Amino acid sequence: MPGHCKLFSPMATAAAPLTDASAVSVAGLEVQEVSKRYGARWALVRVSFRLAAGEIAMLAGRNGSGKSTLLRVLATALRPDLGTARVAGLDVVADRDLVRRRVALLDHRSHVYDVLSALENLEVMARFLGDAALDRGRLMAVLEQVGLADRAGDPVAAFSAGMRKRLALARVLLKTPGVALLDEPYGELDPPGFRLVDDVLDGLRRRGATVLMATHLVERGREHCDRALVLAGGGMQWDGAARHLATDAGLAG
Amino acid sequence: MSQVLVALRKDALLQWRTRGRFVAVFVFGATALLLFSFAIGPNAGALRQHAAGFLWLALLLASTLALGDSFYGEMEHRALEGLSLLPASPVGLYYGKALANWAQLALLGITLVPFMVVLYDAPPGRGLALAGLILLGTAGLSAPGTLYAAMTVQVRGNQTLLPLLLFPLVVPVLLAAVNATALVMTGDPMAQLRSWTLLLLCFDLIYASLCGLLFGRVLES
Repeated sequence: MPGHCKLFSPMATAAAPLTDASAVSVAGLEVQEVSKRYGARWALVRVSFRLAAGEIAMLAGRNGSGKSTLLRVLATALRPDLGTARVAGLDVVADRDLVRRRVALLDHRSHVYDVLSALENLEVMARFLGDAALDRGRLMAVLEQVGLADRAGDPVAAFSAGMRKRLALARVLLKTPGVALLDEPYGELDPPGFRLVDDVLDGLRRRGATVLMATHLVERGREHCDRALVLAGGGMQWDGAARHLATDAGLAG
Repeated sequence: MSQVLVALRKDALLQWRTRGRFVAVFVFGATALLLFSFAIGPNAGALRQHAAGFLWLALLLASTLALGDSFYGEMEHRALEGLSLLPASPVGLYYGKALANWAQLALLGITLVPFMVVLYDAPPGRGLALAGLILLGTAGLSAPGTLYAAMTVQVRGNQTLLPLLLFPLVVPVLLAAVNATALVMTGDPMAQLRSWTLLLLCFDLIYASLCGLLFGRVLES
């Protein structure tokens, strides 16, 4: 059993953004004592936090601190070994399929087929989502939004890493999720791509989506997020308002 | 049912885009047939006698390449995981993939028949009956082969592991397919064809049902 390693700073406690009203409503994300291990190594250790519906939070921490594992647990790609996690009030294990309908995951892997074009990849996804999603105009609008409309017919195998990331963002937008889990959304993107992610975050905020975004770009996260969570060694090290997060919090040394 | 059709459409498109691989698998199967004929030597009677067996052996060996390849594109960027998280039904994903693999293996089997006829001086028998048996036999290879290909695709050395797991399981299919094919080609004086065909059909149904149920577990793991 892993050791408990929650290290909240006094500032984090003072800056906790949850209000009484949000405490009684259904949370966007609710994680209680979640642990996950790969073989003998614990990747997550008793992680607990709660995000109100519509809240946007950044997830910071050094490489290997458990950020991606936490996002994959919440997206139901991995099962937690201990603890419980709820997404929009639904348990990630017991209500897995219902959770999957509400969540979109932007993963390190782009979840696309290399031999298909950008448009065909979205068409495949849209067909699985149902006929309502399969509107060629809407698919092209999403590709336009991520800056890939002029490359819609090109095979993804010919795409750069940044273009692949844009297509992965298009998959998130196509799903119109209630909860978006974004793993390094700024990674591999150029400066216009950074602005694209900023726009995506703004759009998700306007729609009232709950967002948990893993990123190393603390400045950018402070600008766009209400809340910051910092993981270290698989445990929660810091939890507080994003504006109070030091630029190098949880990332230095 | 609609998820099966959506998955089948996706897999058919993926196969079309990678059709060069089918040519490679076909050349492998044809080469295997050629080498088996060398092993028998220039004895026309012996060649004819073993033609059905070697056709199915060549098809079995070539099918492991085709089945192994069928999940490569799914894993390269975790595309299959992306579909699961939509969520797409595991049953739909399995039957879509298994049907696409079945179509590919059946086409492979049918295109190998002319080579068998020429190389083994074998009578083609009744063409439609032979095509029907190839359909039934390749269904028995595709159903468990798709499941095992999914299980082994992320394992190092999967090209070795897949045949190790698949070959013992498809022995009944191979046995029934070889005997039924030989009867179609050389005649059926004892009226055994119906029994072998029914046996083949039974194994197809058992494998297709069980593997469809188990695929969700494979995806989870």
